[in-house]
This record gives sequence, C-alpha cells and structure tokens, in this order.
Amino acid sequence: MLSLHDYSEGVRIALIAIRANKMRSVLTTLGIVIGVVVVTLMATVIEGLGAALDKSISSLGTDVYYISKWDWFSGEWWKARNRKDITVEQAEELRERLLLAEAVVPVVNSWQRTFKYKNRSVKGNLNGTVPEYEITSGVVPEEGRFFNEYESNAGRPVCIIGHDVADNLFEREDPIGKTIKISGYSYRVIGVFEKEGDFLGTAMFSKDTQAFIPLENFLKLFGTNRSIDIHVKMRDGVDKEDGKAEMIGVFRKIRAVPPGEENDFGINTQDFLKQVFDGVVSTIGVVGFLITSLSLLVGGVGIMNIMFVSVKERTKEIGTRKALGATRSSILFQFLIEAATICMLGGLLGLAISWPLSLIIDEVLPSSMPLWVVILSLSISVAVGLISGIIPAFTAAKMNPVDALRYE
Amino acid sequence: MALIHIKDVVKTYDMGAELVHALSGVTIDIQANEYVAIMGPSGSGKSTLMNVIGCLDTPTSGLYEFGGENVGDLDDNQLAEIRNRKIGFVFQTFNLLPRSTALHNVELPLIYAGVPSHERRERAEKALTDVGLGDRMLHKPNELSGGQRQRVAVARALVNNPSIILADEPTGNLDSRTGVEIMQLFSELHAQGNTLILVTHEEEIAEHAHRILRLFDGKVASDEVVANPLTYASQM
Ligand SMILES: Nc1ncnc2c1ncn2[C@@H]1O[C@H](COP(=O)(O)OP(=O)(O)OP(=O)(O)O)[C@@H](O)[C@H]1O
Ligand SMILES: [Mg+2]
Repeated sequence: MLSLHDYSEGVRIALIAIRANKMRSVLTTLGIVIGVVVVTLMATVIEGLGAALDKSISSLGTDVYYISKWDWFSGEWWKARNRKDITVEQAEELRERLLLAEAVVPVVNSWQRTFKYKNRSVKGNLNGTVPEYEITSGVVPEEGRFFNEYESNAGRPVCIIGHDVADNLFEREDPIGKTIKISGYSYRVIGVFEKEGDFLGTAMFSKDTQAFIPLENFLKLFGTNRSIDIHVKMRDGVDKEDGKAEMIGVFRKIRAVPPGEENDFGINTQDFLKQVFDGVVSTIGVVGFLITSLSLLVGGVGIMNIMFVSVKERTKEIGTRKALGATRSSILFQFLIEAATICMLGGLLGLAISWPLSLIIDEVLPSSMPLWVVILSLSISVAVGLISGIIPAFTAAKMNPVDALRYE
Repeated sequence: MALIHIKDVVKTYDMGAELVHALSGVTIDIQANEYVAIMGPSGSGKSTLMNVIGCLDTPTSGLYEFGGENVGDLDDNQLAEIRNRKIGFVFQTFNLLPRSTALHNVELPLIYAGVPSHERRERAEKALTDVGLGDRMLHKPNELSGGQRQRVAVARALVNNPSIILADEPTGNLDSRTGVEIMQLFSELHAQGNTLILVTHEEEIAEHAHRILRLFDGKVASDEVVANPLTYASQM
C-alpha cells in the first residue's frame, strides 16, 4: 500500500533530482511547454471568437429570416442561378398574407455605389428599404433617425448612412442635414447607424459601410434588375417553427411552386454566422490539436528517455532503497512522481509563456484565458508525465536488489 | 531456536557458457546476539551468502529460515518488509544518498516503515547521536569523512531496531584507524545485545567477532569460536 510518506518522499526525491539536473529537466519539457502554449492560446482565441460571434448575432437580431434567391451557405450556388428573381411585388404580397410575422421588409441593394460629400468619396452598398427595416435589423440610428412612412411612400431623397461612411465623408462635421451625392443623385442625411464592427471579415453584413434610402426612391432612380431580399421577423411569442412553416407555405404559393418540388428561394438565418464560427473554430481546433498532440508526443518521448537515463543513473540508489525496505510500488511511485513533477513544471512554464501572449491576443480579439484551460493543461501535463514515466518506473521497480546494488 | 537457520543452500549463476557455483551447499545456524565474522578468499561466496541472509537474493536451492519463517515462501512485499524491519545493512561503499543530509539518509528505513514524520525525525536524531554524529546531522555525505559516512550508514542500519545487522566489508573503504573506530562501534552494539554478521578478509577485523566462519569455494571450510575476542578496550 502506498502511504502519504511515499508520496511526500516521492515529491521530495523528484525535486532533488530535478534541481540536480536543472538544464536537462527544462530541455526535456520543451515539448510539453509548446503543447501547453498551443492549447491555451487556441482556447483563448476560440473564446475570443465566441464573444465576437455573440456580439455579431445580437447586432443582426434574433428570429429574423432572410428570404433570398440565394442560399448563403449551401455550397450549391449554381442551383439558385435558374431561380426566378424575387420581386418587390412578391414581398408586398407576402407582407399582406403572413399572420405570424411582425415585419416583412423588402430590401433591394446595389453594390459599390459611390458616396460623395464635397471632395471626399467612399464606395459602399446602397440599400432601398422601408421604415420597418428598423424592426428587422435591430439597430437604431446613433444620431438622427430612420426615414418614416411618409418619406418612404413619397420616395423622398433622404438617407441613413453607416458609421464608417459618416466618418470617412464628414470627419468632424455633423452629417445630419447635410446633402451627399450617391452615384450623382443628391440625398439628405437624416441618420447615422451606430458602429457594428465586423466579424471575421464579414464586413459585407455590417451596416458600417452602407447607406439606406427609401425603396420607392431606389426603384425610381436605380430601378431593379436584380433579385431583392425579404427580411421577416416573427411576432413575439410565435413558435419559430410555426412562423417558418407559414412563411414558407405562403411564399411557395406566391411563387407558384408546385407541391412536392423544392423551394425556389433560400431561407437564411443568422445561423450562418454560427456556421462560419464553427468552421473557423474547427480549423483552429484541428490545427491546434495536431500541433499539440505532436508536441506532447515529442515531449512524452523526451520524458520517457530522460526517465530511463534517470533510472539507469540511480540504479545503485534503487538497490540501496530496496535493501532498506522500499517495495516495488514505492519505487514505481517514486519515479512516476518524478516524471509527473517534471511535466508539471513544463506545464507551468508553458502557462508562464502563454499568459503574456494571451494578453496580447486580448488587444486584438477581446478574450481571456479560461480557467478550465489552465487546469486542463496542467492535468494533461501530469498525464503525459505519468504515461511516459510508467515504463521507466516499472523498469526501476522490478530491478533485482542484488543486481541493482552491484551496478557500477 | 536459531535466529538464522540455513541448510544446504546452493546459489548458482547461469553464465550461459558455464555455471558459477557461488554457494554449493552451505549449512549454518546463527543465534540471536551472536557476533559472527565471515572470512574467505575473494570469490568464495561471502557476499552471496550475506545477500541470501539479508533477503536481497534468493538461493537456487536449500532452506533458509529467518526467525522461524521460511523465506522461500515469502513474496516480494514480504521480503521488503523483512529487509525494512528485521535487517540493517552496512555496505562497503556506504551507499548513502548523495544529495540528502545525514538525517534524511537515516530516516529512509523509517519512511518505508510508515513512521510518522515527527517520530521519524526524533529516532533518526537519536541514532545519529548514538554513533557520535549529533553535530553532523544536516551535513551531506560529501561534507563528511569516510569514517563519518560509515557511521551514518550504521545509524541507518540501526534506526529501525533490526533483529540483525549485516555488514559486508564495512571497513574495506576506510583506513585502518577509522576501521578500528567502526569496529569499536560494532563491539558496543554487540554489547548492547545486537546480533551482527560481518564479512571481512582481514584477520584483525575478524578477531573482534565471537565466532569466525570460513568459506572456501562456496562451502563452509571451518566454523570456530574465538577464544578471546578483541574488545575496543583492549585496543586502546
Ligand atoms: N551476479 C552474478 N553473476 C555471475 N556470477 C556471480 C554473480 N555474483 C557473484 N558471482 C560469482 O559468484 C562467486 C562468489 O561471489 P561473491 O561476490 O559472493 O564472492 P566474495 O566472497 O564476496 O568475494 P570478494 O571477497 O571478492 O567480495 C564469484 O565467483 C562470482 O564471480
Ligand atoms: Mg564480496
């Protein structure tokens, strides 16, 4: 039976042995150190991405469906090419017929329009939509306001611009009430959206670089030769699936899709962000996992090697201990503890390196090293020590005392 | 009943090409509180016999009873326990742990015996004081002289109150003056009632014992009582 004495003697011997071979011990743990650094930084980055994702999702608004000719993430974009365009009239009809929806908002857009004020200009997407856009988008203007029913119906030349557009065109001037040119046409700025930021380069979904004008105006001046999007937000308390089923059923009728045939339109949700996130996370995870396992493997082999050396060097000591009454299990335990302690020190060294690095990551991607990762890495380190120490420790334990004592 | 009962013990090493007969039929009894010296030329099997007696090695054949118990029936853990509680070893090369203090070296058998740390320390300190090293307890082996190192080893052999002390050429690595000091220590231990077995090839050292056992080619060649054992007093 192993007693507490074995344990404290084991740790004591381990520390003495490690202190006697400081350089060797540190070099041996290199693999563990790298493994722990990779694991902790990986977890920190993933945690940061998760936080960023949450922010993006909340800016998109929950339970909003985006009906579009395209499926955002189907991987079969060519299917959509033969679909008929979604029109403003279809959006109108959908709005009239849906009972469970709070808002049905047509959005028509045009890419890479020039926004100009005085001698400054930037390019960005131009959207034509209706006042309910405020409901589906979940964002309110930081300054000014969104356009109202009257401006919308009359197709007034007013616009709300994204935060970056405002920064670029106006610098320190107050944009509200100023007139900008959009592809040559004059618009009065009535609102500026708050800053959203972008998530993993999904700037195309961020309103920061876009501008919004009344749908009527857009159709009059820019026409529409492309398919529009329809944003649908369900009423509060409506079951997600019910709302979705009604929406799909009605829209299939509007588009005259024969029963049994696939939808000729895409139903998208913010879940796509989750998909992007999951993709990125699993990439980081796979790469990190490979590097980690590789370095732990290398580290483990190194530990095993050094433990064999340590057992060999201390053969006579093992013989002496056995002569004094050490059992096989206490010798086994002694060397296991030594291996685990070396690895544990490697783990701590790894944490000491990754901690400042995680603070640097925090600057770029707000995050913090999760506590469970710290605990996990130390546990993994100890486990590697125990696994790679087991064979050398066993060699030591089963030595014949006489042979060990004779060893020169 | 004899403390040690050895009958027809054979120890053979199979070296592949030849069989080495380190012990070829040894029979001896040793009583409690005896002081025995084992002598004989190099290669005669002295160390092999000591290792068998010390339960460090198992004979190829023959019977070995220690305190009435058949050692051949014991498993590894039981052997370790006997070595820990019943036997105290003193080696020619001291075999101290180089990076530990004298005190910790002496504590080792108590650690394996599961003695609580407070009591362990007390007993180790006492054992060191008894061998005259009360002022060297926190020294490491390389800070001690050869004689002092062997005293630490003796203290370590004594600390768990063994039934018997086995010393294989304890003075072999010491100059003659220091050797005599260690022999004085052994005489004292014997006077206190301890049982001692000592391997040596120096007649003068063996004369301290009360019985001399001579081995030759793995056999007991003679077994005689020493009429007038040297005491440390007679050497002073
Ligand atoms: N592990 C071993 N393998 C093979 N032969 C061995 C082994 N141990 C001892 N021997 C042989 O057994 C014989 C007795 O050895 P032992 O060590 O008992 O002699 P000894 O009397 O102690 O000699 P010395 O006075 O030189 O110490 C020798 O011939 C030795 O070569
Ligand atoms: Mg010998």
